[in-house]
Amino acid sequence: MTTNSSDAAGPKHKTVEAGIALLIALFGAIVIVGSLKAGINWGAEGPRAGFFPFYVGIIIIASSAVNLLHVLRDGDNGLFAEWGQLRQVMSVVVPTAIYVGAMPFTGLYVASIVFIGWFMRWLGKYSWLTVLAVAFGMPIVTYFIFERWFLVPLPKGPLEEWLGL
Amino acid sequence: MEEIVNLFHGFAVALQPFNIMVMVLGIVLGVIIGVLPGLGGANGVAILLPLTFSMPPTSAIIMLSCIYWGALFGGAITSILFNIPGEPWSVATTFDGYPMAQQGKAGEALTAAFTSSFVGALFAVIMITLVAPLVASFALQFGPAEKFAVYFLAFCSFVGLSKEPPFKTIAAMMMGFALAAVGLDSITGQLRLTFGFTELLNGFDFLIAVIGLFGIGEILLTMEEGLNFRGGNAKIDLRVVLHTWKGLPRYWMTSLRSCIIGCWMGVTPAGATPASFMSYGIAKRVAKNGHNFGKGEIEGVIAPETAAHAAGTAALLPMLSLGVPGSPTAAVLLGGLLIWGLQPGPMLFVEQKEFVWGLIASMYLGNLMGLIVVLTCVPIFAAILRVPFSIIAPLILVLCAIGAYSVHSSTFDVILMLVFGVVGYLLKKCNYPLAPLVLAIVLGDKAEEAFRQSLLGSQGSLGVFFSNALVSTIMILGLIALFWSAIQQGYSRLRTAAA
Repeated sequence: MTTNSSDAAGPKHKTVEAGIALLIALFGAIVIVGSLKAGINWGAEGPRAGFFPFYVGIIIIASSAVNLLHVLRDGDNGLFAEWGQLRQVMSVVVPTAIYVGAMPFTGLYVASIVFIGWFMRWLGKYSWLTVLAVAFGMPIVTYFIFERWFLVPLPKGPLEEWLGL
Repeated sequence: MEEIVNLFHGFAVALQPFNIMVMVLGIVLGVIIGVLPGLGGANGVAILLPLTFSMPPTSAIIMLSCIYWGALFGGAITSILFNIPGEPWSVATTFDGYPMAQQGKAGEALTAAFTSSFVGALFAVIMITLVAPLVASFALQFGPAEKFAVYFLAFCSFVGLSKEPPFKTIAAMMMGFALAAVGLDSITGQLRLTFGFTELLNGFDFLIAVIGLFGIGEILLTMEEGLNFRGGNAKIDLRVVLHTWKGLPRYWMTSLRSCIIGCWMGVTPAGATPASFMSYGIAKRVAKNGHNFGKGEIEGVIAPETAAHAAGTAALLPMLSLGVPGSPTAAVLLGGLLIWGLQPGPMLFVEQKEFVWGLIASMYLGNLMGLIVVLTCVPIFAAILRVPFSIIAPLILVLCAIGAYSVHSSTFDVILMLVFGVVGYLLKKCNYPLAPLVLAIVLGDKAEEAFRQSLLGSQGSLGVFFSNALVSTIMILGLIALFWSAIQQGYSRLRTAAA
């Protein structure tokens, strides 16, 4: 699909993988701290609530240490991704984050219309007519399938309230 | 004999008009899911799970399992026509399927793929019909230690059979266990790992994790690759179908071998992806024209497709009889059962006979219907794939958000979904397997409960897991599975030393 040219720039696979191993180890440490709070010894009802996750946390840290060692010793020296590819990924992550963040305030429908429209217009460079047709069409179809036919309520905002939906 | 009578009762349930309707709907939605890049079987079933909330449990599980069959079929369409494996288990199908399409034999390749898928699934369903009730009645005698041993075996199999490095599999799996532990402890009723966040009281729902890890993560990967679809001709007619069918019996040995490989890998639970690769590899080694594999050999399509479907279907055997799902999609189906208040496992065969046999009957009918639907509608499904990704992607993202929200009607879950998505993208790029993570989130609570109950019974002694022949055997099998790659390495070193 895509080919990495030799002069392409981007973060190294080894660096990212080492970072991920450290983050996973950090997650393991958080699990251990949480488990210690809940109690890891033997109580009246047998092993206490933190008993199982405590050992899980220890295994997470131990396996991350091994993974980190492997990465540092003979990890992949190539690129994790080119900067351009990461920009493509961020061009989805950032608008999706805004979409998800706006949903509690605007409701699902308004946020979806703006999100789909913006995505198609900005990334796809479609004509306004196509953009409007898809951006409005999808939420309308969603409304009928989920809310009317299968009775699954979806988050609504001020506009839906005003429309009495 | 009793199984056959029960199965006929099951057919009576599955053949009710409403159930037939949901079957067709499920198959069509499943094929669309299989065809679209960025949507997989597990993710598709998770997103569409809310659609079934208002249905009776039997109809709901029929629809969800049909989405699963549809997704299995759909993967082959993209592999053969576009050289894009819609699902990981379709990768091996591209090796010979796409060259066949380039040679103008797309219809033949598609027919062979669909028919092989059907044969693989049929073989596995027959096995489920005959074996599942036996396994379930055997499992009824299990105590907490035996139950934990079964979970232990399932998880160790993932470590031993996974193609990813074992310590990455262990790290991913343990993260799943830790996420499953968040919230209310089911034994003591105490809160743990919530760190004061009220949103975490109910823990992490695995459906949110599935939608994020598989759905959003996959979209991000696809975005990075900058997909460009150029497909072969999707034409398929009755003449091509009949002509291909006439030639297929010649490969009965390949089919049978692939069925057995698939069933074994599905139950163990290595899953459909390694099954398809292993089946392809063995077929290539054994076949007389093995050197032609990769250049458009029909046997190279039959082998992986048969095995993938047999494995995908066989993964439901441990789910139904033991409550241990053999694949992420089976795990989502198990989650569905729990939502409807059904407890998967041996008791299901005693308490919910109508449900279990209705589901098994629908596996026969669903696959047959799937075969008919895909054979007749390939051009329509192929056309869906020609819709540009910049239209498909936001629609899938909106669907993911709807799916995540509907699980608990919570917008916090939608935020979690996005976080899981980014994590899934990074983990996948760094070669961490996601399936054991998801399965650990699903089974974490149950495995922990069995573990703690066993220890409670033995006053803390780990000897309880080796206290009788049954539990010892399962645990030892688990340990063998855990160290499988090390055992293999040691064995090959010994052989080289001896030579």
